[in-house]
Amino acid sequence: MATKLSRRHFLAGTAGLTLGFTVDLRLPRSARAQGGPLKANVWVTIAPDGTVTIVAPSVEMGQGSMTGMPVIVAEELDADWAKVKVVPAPMNRAYGNPGFGGLQVTGASRSTPGFWMPLRLAGAQARRVLLDAVAAEWKVPVAELTTEPHVVVHAPSARRIGYGDVTKFAKVPAQLPNVTAADLKKSDQFRLIGKSLPRVELPDKVMGRAKFGIDAEVPDMVIATVLRGPSQGDAPDRVDDGAAKQVPGVGAVVPLPWGVGVVGSGYEAVQKGKAALKVTWKKGKAAGYDSERVRGDYAGVAASLSKKGVVAHEQGNAPRALGTAARTFEAAYVSDHVYHATMEPMNAVARVTADTAEVWVPTQAPSINQLAVAGALKIPPEKVTIHPQLIGGGFGRRLENDFVLDAVMLSKAVGKPVKVIWAREEDVKHTKYRPLVAQYLRAGLDENGNLSAWHHRIVGASIYARFNPRLFEALKGADTPVIEGYELSYAVGNQLQEYLREERGLDVGLWRSVGPGYTKFAIESFVDEIARGQRIDPLQFRLRLLAHNPRAGAVIRRVADWAEWDRKRPAGRALGIAFSDTWRSYIASIAEVSLDKKTGVIRVHEVWSVVDPGVAIQPDNIVAQIEGATTFGVSAALRERVVIEDGVVKNSDFHDYPLLRMSEAPEINVRVVSTNNAPGGIGEVGLPPVAPAIGNAIFVLTGKRLRSLPMSPDRVMAALRT
Amino acid sequence: MKLSVNGSQVDVAAAPDETLLWVLREKLKLTGTKFGCGMAQCGACTVHIDGKAARACQVRMAAVEGKKVTTIEGLLPDGNHPLQRAWIEEQVLQCGYCQSGQIMQAAALLRETPRPTKAQIVQHMNGNLCRCGTHGRIVRAIQRAAGGLGSSGCVAPCSKAVSPWPRNSRAATSSPARPA
Repeated sequence: MATKLSRRHFLAGTAGLTLGFTVDLRLPRSARAQGGPLKANVWVTIAPDGTVTIVAPSVEMGQGSMTGMPVIVAEELDADWAKVKVVPAPMNRAYGNPGFGGLQVTGASRSTPGFWMPLRLAGAQARRVLLDAVAAEWKVPVAELTTEPHVVVHAPSARRIGYGDVTKFAKVPAQLPNVTAADLKKSDQFRLIGKSLPRVELPDKVMGRAKFGIDAEVPDMVIATVLRGPSQGDAPDRVDDGAAKQVPGVGAVVPLPWGVGVVGSGYEAVQKGKAALKVTWKKGKAAGYDSERVRGDYAGVAASLSKKGVVAHEQGNAPRALGTAARTFEAAYVSDHVYHATMEPMNAVARVTADTAEVWVPTQAPSINQLAVAGALKIPPEKVTIHPQLIGGGFGRRLENDFVLDAVMLSKAVGKPVKVIWAREEDVKHTKYRPLVAQYLRAGLDENGNLSAWHHRIVGASIYARFNPRLFEALKGADTPVIEGYELSYAVGNQLQEYLREERGLDVGLWRSVGPGYTKFAIESFVDEIARGQRIDPLQFRLRLLAHNPRAGAVIRRVADWAEWDRKRPAGRALGIAFSDTWRSYIASIAEVSLDKKTGVIRVHEVWSVVDPGVAIQPDNIVAQIEGATTFGVSAALRERVVIEDGVVKNSDFHDYPLLRMSEAPEINVRVVSTNNAPGGIGEVGLPPVAPAIGNAIFVLTGKRLRSLPMSPDRVMAALRT
Repeated sequence: MKLSVNGSQVDVAAAPDETLLWVLREKLKLTGTKFGCGMAQCGACTVHIDGKAARACQVRMAAVEGKKVTTIEGLLPDGNHPLQRAWIEEQVLQCGYCQSGQIMQAAALLRETPRPTKAQIVQHMNGNLCRCGTHGRIVRAIQRAAGGLGSSGCVAPCSKAVSPWPRNSRAATSSPARPA
């Protein structure tokens, strides 16, 4: 999602609602209490004992933002990290991400880039509140005051005072001090940023004490599950709940527009009740959807050049340059639907009264949930409170409202707080998958062997047309999450990138590295193919095309050195390389791969990645995110595939949607190169280079190009037979 | 129904065909044990029954009557199990949802095989899924807890203030390629 959203756009279209965003729970900015905690601004509260409480605005879902965000504030506040307490942000627009137009949404690798400057300024402002208070108390010019961690220092009089003691006389002015970028530390003054502090929520998680959404409980709560139809969008027609209601522990059966809710005393009871339901369904628009047929359809559209798409980017005249090129290349790529597989199944607790709703939910998008709940209950958004909970894996799945609305509508129906828990199978079969996408690429070389033309066509269903129709409209149909990653960093004078929207009735959704998971697969496989086609080392070819981009060149050179790109590997093994600069973080990855030619099973032995995320705030967490996204990427590249026949998802649980296991996970080597650039995103950055690096290595081993994701054994065998 | 949970005798109203996972979570309020798949494919619900690792989602209450059940909350009540310390030192987890199960699975391994080889670790842990991709750190944490890494596993001092770098990974700072 590279395009900047305006808040108005995002809001206007969210979940198809047209409600304005009117809730304003502004924190009191001028709490003047003396002797008690000093609320320096909405981010920082300082207690008399010196404890500094900092609000973490993004929801923690494993990406480390509960540590990484407050560290930014603490740095500029000059706080002693040992005295910092982190609290997750409540529902309050003060904590919205500027990267999402001020909405409380965590995703799209936008937390660090969106909050970097606001949080630095917040920390500097809180520090300035302390300095001003000390200057007034000691009657010294504020310019003579400095800070050391957690201490205000007046060097001329050799006086020092701890932050906690300042609260005993400090007042927060009604008008908070204005701070600007000029008041911020220089990067060589950082004490916390770049130091890899231990993650704050980790001890509770290690001891089983951490409360995830699924662990939330409110008084008088009952448990529920929802039966959905065989195909997405099916609606219950006739419901026979006689047997279900006989199941001990089942209290109520509630038909909903999208399914049938079973409410009872516990998870097992409602699951048994659900199994006893007899429901006939009215077919929805996904009835008849067949993923194999859609693959073929979309591939056909991608290659039919007479069919024009929405222009995502155009420079020069690619079709004309292709017409005059000395040599041309073309290739088609297809990627299947994939599933998020968050380890924590979908769940939510809702307490709905006549005119209010409260929801405790592991969600990436409290602001979106608020609007959706308000719309569903026909109450004003300010009557809806979302309590974001710790998330057991997000990956874009928890940007949706389906599980939230289950709980809300059932609570409304039974007049009690309801916790909905989806079975694994319900999520496997009823989530919004990553779109199935076909791509067609062609490129031209001029007589000197320079890449002169590039034409990239991306075909698939839209995410935003459903998820955020107003934004889709504002983007003139260029669906950013679907096409994300199409931007070409390589120097090519004539370029044309098009998006061709094709719908076959199945709603699709967001994923970890939605678009770049397949666009970079296509681009990086194709660049490799063009290099090999000229008998040029693909690594050198990339460097040549990135001569204008020193950060890109640096990560490629470093990873080549580290992985010893030129060292011959043992028989049966080969290296492949790929590069990505999505989310303003630069990464180059090399995979060492082997192939069992009898079975078609690819094994990824080792992956080396060098990443330049700009300023590396929490380097070890960046390493962890790249390790995790690499594993996620290998799993997706080699085997993940949702198959839909006649509208019915054939997968159901981890036995037939198998994730990569420890015995198959590669050795992963990550180097973080911190540079003095604004920090980019990181949660998704490791994923895009994985699949193309693997495919490029397979070409070295076999001379065959794998152009379908996943690179499953059946497809590998088919390629070997060609 | 009587059984021992985390060292205490409990008497819980449960039918013999209820599963241990949901009795632990819903009736005994021990929510550290997680529901992941309901069919022993992911290991998030791993507990110990008489010291052996078991998937609580597959265990009927009839099978644990009179037995000793240990959950993550009772592994060591103070949270000071060598594995829990190693998990923090290696900064293993991300979302953390699968990690109660990972730690319980690993604890069962170390009880039987105090100094496992890497191959033994991988074999023993292979049934536990982790979508965040923390596999490499899990292996290192188990090796550390088993004493296999010793001090050599730490590049930086292994204090809580400075997390050690993973063996294969380094952070470096270079001069800016381009000003901010």
